[in-house]
Amino acid sequence: MTTDVLPEVGRPARARAKRFARPALLAAGLIVAVWLPNGIYTGLAVDLLCWALFAVSVDLLLGYAGLLSFGHAAYWGSSAYATGLLAVHLGLPFPLAVLGGALTAALIAIPVGFLAVKRVGIYFAMVTLAFAQMIYFIANEWRSVTGGENGMQSVPRTLGSADLSDNYYFYYAALPIVLGGLWLAWRIVHSPFGRVLVAIRDNPARARALGYPVHRYKLAAFVLSAFVAGLGGGLFALAHQFVSLDTLHWTTSGKAVIMVVLGGIGTLWGALFGSSFVVVLEDSLSQADFASPGLLTGGIFVLAVLLFRRGLWGSVAAFFRRR
Amino acid sequence: MAHSALTARALTRDFRGFRAVDAVDLEVADGSVHALVGPNGAGKTTLFNLLTGFLTPTAGRIEVGGRDITGLAPEKIARLGVARSFQITSLFGQLTCREHVELALAGDLGWKFWRSDKLLHRHRDQAMSLLDQVGLAEHAESTADSLAYGRKRALELALALALDPKVLLLDEPTAGMGVEDVDRTVDLIGRVRDGRTVVMVEHNMSVVGALADQVTVLQAGKVLVEGAYAQVRDDERVISAYLGEAHVAD
Repeated sequence: MTTDVLPEVGRPARARAKRFARPALLAAGLIVAVWLPNGIYTGLAVDLLCWALFAVSVDLLLGYAGLLSFGHAAYWGSSAYATGLLAVHLGLPFPLAVLGGALTAALIAIPVGFLAVKRVGIYFAMVTLAFAQMIYFIANEWRSVTGGENGMQSVPRTLGSADLSDNYYFYYAALPIVLGGLWLAWRIVHSPFGRVLVAIRDNPARARALGYPVHRYKLAAFVLSAFVAGLGGGLFALAHQFVSLDTLHWTTSGKAVIMVVLGGIGTLWGALFGSSFVVVLEDSLSQADFASPGLLTGGIFVLAVLLFRRGLWGSVAAFFRRR
Repeated sequence: MAHSALTARALTRDFRGFRAVDAVDLEVADGSVHALVGPNGAGKTTLFNLLTGFLTPTAGRIEVGGRDITGLAPEKIARLGVARSFQITSLFGQLTCREHVELALAGDLGWKFWRSDKLLHRHRDQAMSLLDQVGLAEHAESTADSLAYGRKRALELALALALDPKVLLLDEPTAGMGVEDVDRTVDLIGRVRDGRTVVMVEHNMSVVGALADQVTVLQAGKVLVEGAYAQVRDDERVISAYLGEAHVAD
């Protein structure tokens, strides 16, 4: 996984320097992931997993394809609902329910992405936001399926005869899915496809002149990103055994963007770091009965953007690279 | 007359009432080097963008090897064997020269999101030989950002060549180059034109004289004169419109 502000591709000299840093970082990350529910309360640990996938999915688009989706809650939320429906009505084992949810999200992303990738910059963000709002209102109105404002209650999570009612066990049951999703994101970033995406981000006209259908590449990235967001959203529904309308709300989309910008755009570690930072911060603020946590996270966000242009993780990585 | 590799008929492009390209007819013979010259604002780059699909014509028709390509997307035209370079050097800053050329060679490998990017190394030898052709072999591992101007232009050319095009469109391949780089580029174009058709926009008349079989002079979006270099050079209309000015400058 790359630790640069903008992903670089195969710089041999630097790759040598990173030969030890990368595996060490990966090992540390895995140890933390395995230890986590023993160190913090289990509900928070599961939330960290879900949001990590969501932030990484947004960074996949923003950092590597240069596309700011301001409507990614649509995929997080629609997967949450689809996963919930599959678990409630079909009683599917939870990994299959999550997979079904993520595929639903990817399916929804096809028409939305098809229209959105024809726009760039702020217009792309607005198209994604508009569709996300549309899906939000559909979920709100379609009470017989979604429960409307009451949300979807008592979503079961089953896996054969295993008892997953305790979040501690659910965490370890969900961890392979999360690691799988993160691996997928990493694979995409370091694939020929990822290389073309970065080229398109840096110079779309040149990429077209080389014969790359820019819109179709962006659409593929959008759908893959929605799938990863969907993995997170589906697990989030199961983690809380409840799907609320909030999962589709635009503030949820905004939160994911804030996580990525805070952590550092264009680095998967940054997205992990940013999402963990925001989730832990919001949790401790609500534990402390802080009246308006949004004020503080917003303030930190503004400060971080002003002081650390590369994001928190990006700045730390740049500091170590300079040494 | 030889078979035509690239044909434009009554090609026209308007920008908000301004006619940048006005009913241009162009017939580029197969295997020839065809130069487009003309003063600034004559519509050369607009014509280039029309031929490569980056702009849609207001009217008219474009054919490549007898096939109508009017209105096709740039990437489709590129896949049909029409490659272009850009007037303003247009690269992917952080990639190395080798990675640039590998990317140009990759084609449909680019879809493989489930494979390692090491897959692109299968084009390494071909990429290195292209870089060698344009004199960039020793800069293969330098990023495009770090290259001097002339070398960036050479990389532009390597990228266009990587597509192994039937028709090569070069937008001012020697613009801003020093004398040595110009000589090397002329030499290079002379070598790579074998088996290809080359259309180039060029201001440097000695380059045009050295390479072009046919010259089309554009002025205010229209074809002013067309013919062999010697013939065009001596045409009075051309001298007054363009060459006179350039000769003084030379």
